[in-house]
Amino acid sequence: MSHADHAGPDALDRHQTDLAPGEEYGEEDIGKGVRGYLIGLALAVLLTLCSFAIVHTKVVWAPAVPVAILVFAVAQMGVHLVFFLHITTGPDNTNNVMALAFGVLFVVLVVGGSVWIMANMNANMMPGMPHSAMPNSATPHQPMTQPMHH
Amino acid sequence: MSSTASPGSVTAGSITALRGDPHHLGHSRDGHGESRATGRGIGGPAPKRIVVAYGFWIFILSDIVMFASFFAAYAVLQGGIADGPTGPEIFDLTNTALETGLLLLSSFACGMASLALGARRMLYFQVAMAVTFLLGAGFVALEVMEFADLVGRGLIPSRSAFLSSFFTLVGCHGLHVTIGLLWLLTMMAQVLTKGFRADIVRRTLCFALFWHALDIVWVGVFSIVYLMGSIT
Repeated sequence: MSHADHAGPDALDRHQTDLAPGEEYGEEDIGKGVRGYLIGLALAVLLTLCSFAIVHTKVVWAPAVPVAILVFAVAQMGVHLVFFLHITTGPDNTNNVMALAFGVLFVVLVVGGSVWIMANMNANMMPGMPHSAMPNSATPHQPMTQPMHH
Repeated sequence: MSSTASPGSVTAGSITALRGDPHHLGHSRDGHGESRATGRGIGGPAPKRIVVAYGFWIFILSDIVMFASFFAAYAVLQGGIADGPTGPEIFDLTNTALETGLLLLSSFACGMASLALGARRMLYFQVAMAVTFLLGAGFVALEVMEFADLVGRGLIPSRSAFLSSFFTLVGCHGLHVTIGLLWLLTMMAQVLTKGFRADIVRRTLCFALFWHALDIVWVGVFSIVYLMGSIT
């Protein structure tokens, strides 16, 4: 490792100090840095191609297609985080990862909770009431005029 | 009071004791001895480079939380087409694939600019940033053309709940990219005129974070809006 060569007796071990988000350990090695971005680009292109290819394919069982697209998307976000934003599991990245974990928790709660609640509401709609969020609704123009007395 | 306030009474040793680590949070990695690393232990505060980038990281995460609520709105309102067009009728996946490629390559070019910034290579930095700008501008141009085409066919945000949430989510991302392009030009000019000064480098690294984060949001947009919306 190149960092061991110029680490004097008073120099701090780089692993003891924190890394800023987006900062990569060993960034001074340009060749290594370019290689990391190239690996990230290749993986991201591969996952993007998989996502676009699976939409109209007949190879995959149809109900599995949306799940597969979601899996590819999450995987590609991970690739971007690791290879472009340099968020790692190292001890020098703890603060960055904890902030990210809170963000992910919030995103999952907001999106998952909204979809769950609204799907539940649509499923429990009485027949004849407007299905506001249902595709190809039969009664889209019928306003909900009846207030919910009793 | 006046007798204890003489400057000579504060020794280097007492300063170290005051700034020490009473709760032993800052052990060095091998578990004994106090860490001299900054941001913990007796090393003093974290350098400004880390404080600035971490603060901007928090901003980016809050921005992603905002996008999450737009994603939630889109997921919920997607079916509310009000007898208007559905997703598969208005989405052109070739255009989406082009946009995705442009933004991904732009993110890669931005990474090259970050490396050139770290190596303090002015020419490489300016070229990589210019490439980043051109690819990002191509993305915005394609999106503006797509929106103009929809509006020209009368498919405006007020047409249906689906189109409202579509324009809000995708438009908000496009607005972020547009602002990012202006920031990119600013950083090119600042690095050119002021050189690789510490504060300019910090700003440029924050820009790189912003640009990569926008590409992550786009992964969600093309997957959830365009691809999942095109499954027939």
